[in-house]
Amino acid sequence: MAEEGPFTDISGKPISLECQNYTPFCREFTVSSPKVSLLKVMGYTCSVWLLAYAVFFLTENTTVLSSAIMVTLVGMILHIHFVKVDQETLLIIGSLGIQLSSLYASGRESTTFIEMSKIKDIVINEAIYMQSIIYYLCILIKDPSEPDGVASVVPLFQSSKPRLNCLVRVYKSCQEIIAQSR
Amino acid sequence: MVLKIFFPKCCNTADSGLLVGRWIPGQDSAVVLAVIHYPFIPGQVKKYLTQMRSQTKVDLTVLGSWSMPKDGQEGMDSFLKDLSTIFPHSRWLQLSRESGKRAFTCRVVQENGKPAAKKDGDDNDDDDDKDKIIFVHYDQRKVMLSQLHPVQEQKGSEEESTELRTMFQTVAQSEPLFFHDMYDEGALKLTHWQSEGREASIIVELVKQASVPVCIVLTWLLSVLGASRSTCLTKFNKEPIKSFISSKLSTCVQTGYRTDHFQTVFSTRKATTHMEFMRKANIFVSFLVDIALGLLLISWLYRENRISQLANTLVPAADHVAKELQELLEWLMGAPAGLKMNRALDQVLGRFFLYHIHLWISYIRLMSPFIEMILWYVGLTACLGLTFALSVLSDIVALLTFHIYCFYVYGARLYYLKIYGLSSLWRLFRGKKWNVLRQRVDSCSYDLDQLFIGTLLFTILLFLLPTTALYYLVFTLLRLVVVMFQGLIHLSVDFINSFPLFAMGLRLCRPYRVAEGVKFQVLSEEPGTPLHLRMEINPLKFSSVLQCYRTPTYSCYPKDSWVALCKKLFIGELVYPWRQKSTKTD
Repeated sequence: MAEEGPFTDISGKPISLECQNYTPFCREFTVSSPKVSLLKVMGYTCSVWLLAYAVFFLTENTTVLSSAIMVTLVGMILHIHFVKVDQETLLIIGSLGIQLSSLYASGRESTTFIEMSKIKDIVINEAIYMQSIIYYLCILIKDPSEPDGVASVVPLFQSSKPRLNCLVRVYKSCQEIIAQSR
Repeated sequence: MVLKIFFPKCCNTADSGLLVGRWIPGQDSAVVLAVIHYPFIPGQVKKYLTQMRSQTKVDLTVLGSWSMPKDGQEGMDSFLKDLSTIFPHSRWLQLSRESGKRAFTCRVVQENGKPAAKKDGDDNDDDDDKDKIIFVHYDQRKVMLSQLHPVQEQKGSEEESTELRTMFQTVAQSEPLFFHDMYDEGALKLTHWQSEGREASIIVELVKQASVPVCIVLTWLLSVLGASRSTCLTKFNKEPIKSFISSKLSTCVQTGYRTDHFQTVFSTRKATTHMEFMRKANIFVSFLVDIALGLLLISWLYRENRISQLANTLVPAADHVAKELQELLEWLMGAPAGLKMNRALDQVLGRFFLYHIHLWISYIRLMSPFIEMILWYVGLTACLGLTFALSVLSDIVALLTFHIYCFYVYGARLYYLKIYGLSSLWRLFRGKKWNVLRQRVDSCSYDLDQLFIGTLLFTILLFLLPTTALYYLVFTLLRLVVVMFQGLIHLSVDFINSFPLFAMGLRLCRPYRVAEGVKFQVLSEEPGTPLHLRMEINPLKFSSVLQCYRTPTYSCYPKDSWVALCKKLFIGELVYPWRQKSTKTD
């Protein structure tokens, strides 16, 4: 199954959702974030280099220019390796668990697996984010000492931040599987 | 319910036979550990399994049959079906794989003979049952060697462990099962991870064999050393002084710490738990690296006559410091920064401190011919490790700046007395008194002459305050500079002591051994077959490795917070920023 309708994230940029149904109790959802805009990259690079030229004009020292180049390169490498998330995937396997993984722009993948025995439920929660209220999907983790309590909350799709219509689709699919494994 | 079968990757291409493994209690899952091939005698299989059960303490059973038919083995299927009657079971798995296809097919037969699932799906019920089997392919050797974090040492509560943890423990505990494989001469032929062939290293095996006698010799040496040390001490009988000096000198602290480490590492008792093993390994590796760095330092230091160069610069450097201090005091005795000091007090304090410096310079000049010899022998101690050399450096710095420490103590005591007197007389000025019994300020009626003298003294102390405060400020700043330098050295020693090099190396080279969790990947399935997943080990993050395996040290972190420190400095109380955890105040 492929995407359905135009989905956007909370700031209005278009994202895409892909659902794959391997078996009735194993599904995978992939949310792809918008790519880095070329204008932003050019703007950032130009501003850094203009500043470096201004400093060079004042001090007549060429190490300023080479250090500006190094700073830009290193900054971009760090950004694509640690900050920019390309895709976020949720793989839910009935009676085994839920796996969350983030694919960064440099190809690095970071994965977490939560076993089904630790999961209490998947819910859509509201949060206050800067000046607005957003919805986010999260997994509630059981508290081992208290049977009805919640030990912690794991938010999903934190980098792509999809809107409610996308979240509802994922939520409905996941609830079917979780209801089966109870 | 969904049935999960953990299947080892090494058995994917095994010949037909019986599946040996364990049903995980409480969950609907089974772990397949090995495949026993034809031909076998069922009686021998049962005997072997009972023997393995007692050896490994894992309840191994025959889970079912595995059929991968090769050419000329068509009659296998019926033979396999008959086997289910020979071995006792609650559920019997019949797995089969056709050569050329990648997916398995599975049939589950209950004890009463009724099949719980069929291969071909005609009705809707059978469709559901067929879909509810998951095959999880795992790498047997990696799972056997890996350790899930957070490490849980108690083995008793198995019901509380999660499914994955139980599965990892089962594979790790079944190590005796993997000693025989299909290439050995024996009654049974098994396939498991050993059948893939594994290279071993002779050097590693030799080191393992040699380590036991080496450990015995070293433990004996250590006990001899310890005994001789204690007899020497009882002879001199200077216990309080010795404990005082050894708590002040960081070299002695470091020696004691390293001796403790030796006793841990070279004890002949084998490490039973994972954490013990990692701690031993970390201490050993960091000790080796320490010695290597120390030897490197020695080779650099003793080349090209550097020791004599160092000695030749040391005495002029000490002279220079003393001269700078003298100039500083002359400046304070004049009009420092435009402030007007009280002439008499200024002269007294300045001359007092100048005399001290004069004593110090003469002492240094007396010692100067012996400095090179002392440095030469002290430099040799670096062969005990870089941490040792750094501790010795810290102690040398402490000894050389002893005069600054003395000045700080004098200035602080004077200032403290002044502040104390001022606060007490200020209370008298207002007609109040400090009640020691009740720990509070009470009103009090003084006589007239008491008030008169009190006010007089108060005025004197108040006008002498700027002078004392300035001296106190200058010497405190100098002392803080020295303390900060010593603190840096201590921090680097602490870092070398506590950094878990072995654990970091393990995380870099064998990441499956320190596992945080697992990752699943869906293998491309063919329609009409159960779900196949590949399970891989997700290694621990580097920051978690550091946090989990950090060797605890005698941490010399400041025991006051910043606010408390500033308050102490303001009042004039003596500040000891670096205090070890274990020592008590004298």
